[in-house]
Amino acid sequence: MPAAQLNSLSPREIRQLLDSPRGLRFDIGPFRVCVHSRLTGIAAHVHEMYGHYPLADSDYADLHFAVDVPAGLHGLLRRQVNFRFDDEFPFKPLPFAQARPFFEWGLNWCIATTAHQYLIIHAAVVAKGDHCALIPGRPGAGKSTLCAALVASGWRLLSDEMALIALDTGLIWPVPRPVSLKNASIDIIRGRHPEVVLSPSFTDTHKGTVAHMRAPDASVSAAGRAARARWVVYPGYQSGAATEVGPVTPCQSTLRLADDSFNLPLLGGRGFEVLAEVASQCSSFTLRYSSLDEAIAWFDAQAEACRA
Amino acid sequence: MKTPPLIRILADPRCMAGLDEAGWDVAIRQARAAGLLATLYHAAEGAGVLAALPERVGTQLLAAHHLAQRHFEVTQWEVREIHATLENIGVPLVVLKGAAYVMADLEAARGRLFGDVDILVPRGALADVERALGRAGWMQENRDAYDDRYYRKWMHEIPARKHAERGTVIDVHHNILPLTARNKPRADLLWQAARPIAGFADLYVLAPEDMLLHSAAHLFLNGEFDRGLRDLNDFSRLAREFGGAPGFWEGVRARAGDLDLVRPLGLAVRHANRLLQTAIPETTVPEAAQGGTGLLDAILTRGLRPNHSSARDPGTAAALFALYVRGHYLRMPFHLLLPHLLYKATLAKYREQKLHDRNQELMEQFRAFLDK
Repeated sequence: MPAAQLNSLSPREIRQLLDSPRGLRFDIGPFRVCVHSRLTGIAAHVHEMYGHYPLADSDYADLHFAVDVPAGLHGLLRRQVNFRFDDEFPFKPLPFAQARPFFEWGLNWCIATTAHQYLIIHAAVVAKGDHCALIPGRPGAGKSTLCAALVASGWRLLSDEMALIALDTGLIWPVPRPVSLKNASIDIIRGRHPEVVLSPSFTDTHKGTVAHMRAPDASVSAAGRAARARWVVYPGYQSGAATEVGPVTPCQSTLRLADDSFNLPLLGGRGFEVLAEVASQCSSFTLRYSSLDEAIAWFDAQAEACRA
Repeated sequence: MKTPPLIRILADPRCMAGLDEAGWDVAIRQARAAGLLATLYHAAEGAGVLAALPERVGTQLLAAHHLAQRHFEVTQWEVREIHATLENIGVPLVVLKGAAYVMADLEAARGRLFGDVDILVPRGALADVERALGRAGWMQENRDAYDDRYYRKWMHEIPARKHAERGTVIDVHHNILPLTARNKPRADLLWQAARPIAGFADLYVLAPEDMLLHSAAHLFLNGEFDRGLRDLNDFSRLAREFGGAPGFWEGVRARAGDLDLVRPLGLAVRHANRLLQTAIPETTVPEAAQGGTGLLDAILTRGLRPNHSSARDPGTAAALFALYVRGHYLRMPFHLLLPHLLYKATLAKYREQKLHDRNQELMEQFRAFLDK
């Protein structure tokens, strides 16, 4: 029997659990999280963005974290919000209004600093069936926009932020989470896909304006299904540019992925071997584009060719 | 308070097989806070229970194990670099604490995380060692004149040096306790008994007895207990690895007398036996039985719990403060300690502010210069 989903609870019950000593426990891909918060904003975030995730009726959780106001005067005034990972405060407080993005950024950090059972690459990952594409990207390259558009057009979301590569099999494990959209891409996605669920926009963050797109139901229910990397695509959004695809050798790709890894230095030789294996089983490309339609059509054609 | 699950596991790793989900929920977090998560991987492997652990727990331990393996390799590599640097100027060195466990390939190194590399060099060679380390890229971090003088005049080490590229930190010692401490071990005795590391010229670790005594002294003559349980576990693992040799404990007790470390040895044996069931024969270290009043026991028991909210009680804050004061008192006589603490509480802050203001001023001048 599949586990009950979070939205089997009322918003009020979610709020109460978040504020209880036991916390609210649910599964995000391979991670069982336990979240604490007294904030209605966080309850709303969990309800809107994670409502379709499986609840965990379990006394054990992998990651315990809280998004909450600090104790004392700052807390009473509701000027600031803290992220706590178990007992630690790894970040300085943020303005109160940024509690919801803080939840996402903080959780990224928890995973990237503890999940060394995987080689973790900073990349979006989307799949057709059990073949997936890694989309690494420096800020501004259009990684998240492309990821959101692909996911809204039928690709399965594994992650918009990190590829979790199993060290023994080289398979990519999904950790589907809300897709983080920034600045102009928020309206682009809203315009193209009015059906997607977007969080409110949060202005003046260190990344500009951010909003989150809810992960599709199908991606969340397939969170237990690993995929094999088939493509690595280095996007480069360039206003007005014609779509242009260029080849990248497996060797170049290995080095670029190494550069974009969160924990390769930590895993040493073992991590490098699996990275090289993944890069050599993939076709790698640079993709310069300005038209999302053309970019998506190119992705679809790759998947089609692979199935044929 | 019930014994924290992490301590129960360290005392008897086989109990991991019977721990329920709620127990693991706390144990994993306590272990992470105490820097002992990878130690649990190793302990589970040794006790043959790794495969029997809940899958999620096994995964957490494996992730920590990957991190610890890397720490082990990096520490080895760093010691080689340091050795090569000092070999050039013909100065011998003894590797201390965690890095020594790595170089001597001891059980205690397995699953352990490492911070600074600690080394011991002859006091007369300090100036040469500092110059050589500086040339090789290890830079002194704290350039405060008061701190520098304080270290050089009273301490058993010089200010930490950090490698400019790799960020690794080295602590250079010329003794294992401050010159001002009540207990006065003789560095020449440590050197006489030091054991060479195979494959290296002039690279040593302390003799097993001395290594154990240093571990006890480091823990029980120090004021900081945030890594207390990790350090007690080091002592316990060294004790288990060395302790089987016939006459070992008699040797340790005699050596403790020579090095003026009887008191910390007694405390270490007492608390390792009580908390971690290390089973050191207390007849050979009678001081363990007279470990002190019930008060010191109560304070140390709190100090040695994992540094995690689930292992604190209303007495913990007071206990940690008492240990902090005790540590300072043991390291420095009052006529030196009082002026030092006063300086730290008053003038140091004033000077820091002045330095900060001066830096701001320089930055502004620099910006003005760039704007021209």
